[in-house]
Amino acid sequence: MTTYYSEDHEWINVESGVGTVGITDYAQNALGDIVFVEVPEVGDELAKGDEVAVVESVKAASEIYSPVTGEITAVNEDLEDNASLVNSSAGGDGWFFKISISDDSELEGLMDADGYKTFTAGLE
Amino acid sequence: MSVENSDLLKTPLYSLHESLGGKMVPFAGYLMPVQYPLGVMGEHNHTREKAGLFDVSHMGQVVISGENADQWLETLVPGNIIDLKQNRIRYTMFTDDNGGILDDLMITRRENDIFMVVNAGCKAEDIAHMRATMPDHLELTELNDRALVALQGPLAAEVLARFTSGADEMDFMSYGEVEICGAKCFISRCGYTGEDGHEISILAANAEEVCNALLGEPEVEAIGLGARDSLRLEAGLCLYGHDITTKTSPIEGALQWSIGKRRREQGGFPGADKILGQLASGDIARKRVGILPAGRAPAREGTEILDAGDNVIGVITSGGFGPTFGAPIAMGYVDLKYSAAETPIFLQVRKKKLEAKVANMPFVAQNYYRKPK
Repeated sequence: MTTYYSEDHEWINVESGVGTVGITDYAQNALGDIVFVEVPEVGDELAKGDEVAVVESVKAASEIYSPVTGEITAVNEDLEDNASLVNSSAGGDGWFFKISISDDSELEGLMDADGYKTFTAGLE
Repeated sequence: MSVENSDLLKTPLYSLHESLGGKMVPFAGYLMPVQYPLGVMGEHNHTREKAGLFDVSHMGQVVISGENADQWLETLVPGNIIDLKQNRIRYTMFTDDNGGILDDLMITRRENDIFMVVNAGCKAEDIAHMRATMPDHLELTELNDRALVALQGPLAAEVLARFTSGADEMDFMSYGEVEICGAKCFISRCGYTGEDGHEISILAANAEEVCNALLGEPEVEAIGLGARDSLRLEAGLCLYGHDITTKTSPIEGALQWSIGKRRREQGGFPGADKILGQLASGDIARKRVGILPAGRAPAREGTEILDAGDNVIGVITSGGFGPTFGAPIAMGYVDLKYSAAETPIFLQVRKKKLEAKVANMPFVAQNYYRKPK
């Protein structure tokens, strides 16, 4: 199981060709108190970079883009009533969706944990 | 962001915001704190429960002096200024010849002059607009040397009274000149959060000291523009440039309460024919209303409002999540026939058509001070 990170502040945790996707702790901290997450529907087919979800904080809406091409296989239903899970557990219970990965080579363009740490340090 | 931070103005409290960890963003030409480490939700709730201190120094503070300044001002605003008593404050607006709103503002009659507070984004235009017709014998002074802060919340007046006794006994919408920490201040019992409290005008040189003293009280936290916006939306208050503009009349904007009886009878302000015509006939195409989305998804400014048949019947002008209300809330304009409370409407939020209904405002009861009789 390997976790990759995108420059759009998503993480994707890959296991047996399926990626679980959420936003990073850095992202939830920047967005502030999250009040609503619009997740995709199971069966949605997405290309890498497509808008796949929307995160609403008190002050603004932010789009989330799919880090890979594939089909949605599951979404986190718990976010419907408890969007603040993204604040309290961005890398865990606050996951957004699972996606079957069509092209493993797309993962190569993503960062590992150390790379992402360096990337966010450069944003400060 | 196309605006370079170096082009932006700073208020006299800029370094205080930085030391408090404020997240500074461009707003109306100024670098302002959108939030502090407490966060928008925490700051909003703190203001509803205790007391919050807001920097609103970006707003314009203007004094008009000279004989019969009130009579001349009435040629620009529909509010009753001539009958405004000394040390009383009135909410009104500059209107244009088409009946649109150029800005909304607070006017205070002081002992020897008139003090007004206008919106940051409009202040240059407002001043040019006033100078264009102002008689030579009147004098207009922009108080660029003063900061303006708002202390708001159910405990705000009690806190302020520790620094200047009697502040908590002032009437709602009244004005006084006091000393706080040795600094001469103008205090006005008003605000824009729906809560009790004061706006405090302080010489820039004293602003940080006064604010630090207020922030030193255990009930007070610094609050950013993010929470100011969610607080005023819950209170049903308009944000100029969004909920009211040159394209909306005071009647469409549901602000007819601010036009006094004598002004309704006599007119004499820009756009009076149109505005008073709308008031008399009730004949307006659209009206500002409160809107409650049915689910958890907030509907933001610009969201189209639809009827059951997918016809566009309006647009949201302010929308978000109400932390105290505990659900998404919005305001916007709808065709008059859909403007009654409880009318079912639909909101086009991204690809989804969401159920909603028209609702009475405020969403959270206003908590203004009423002096015991």
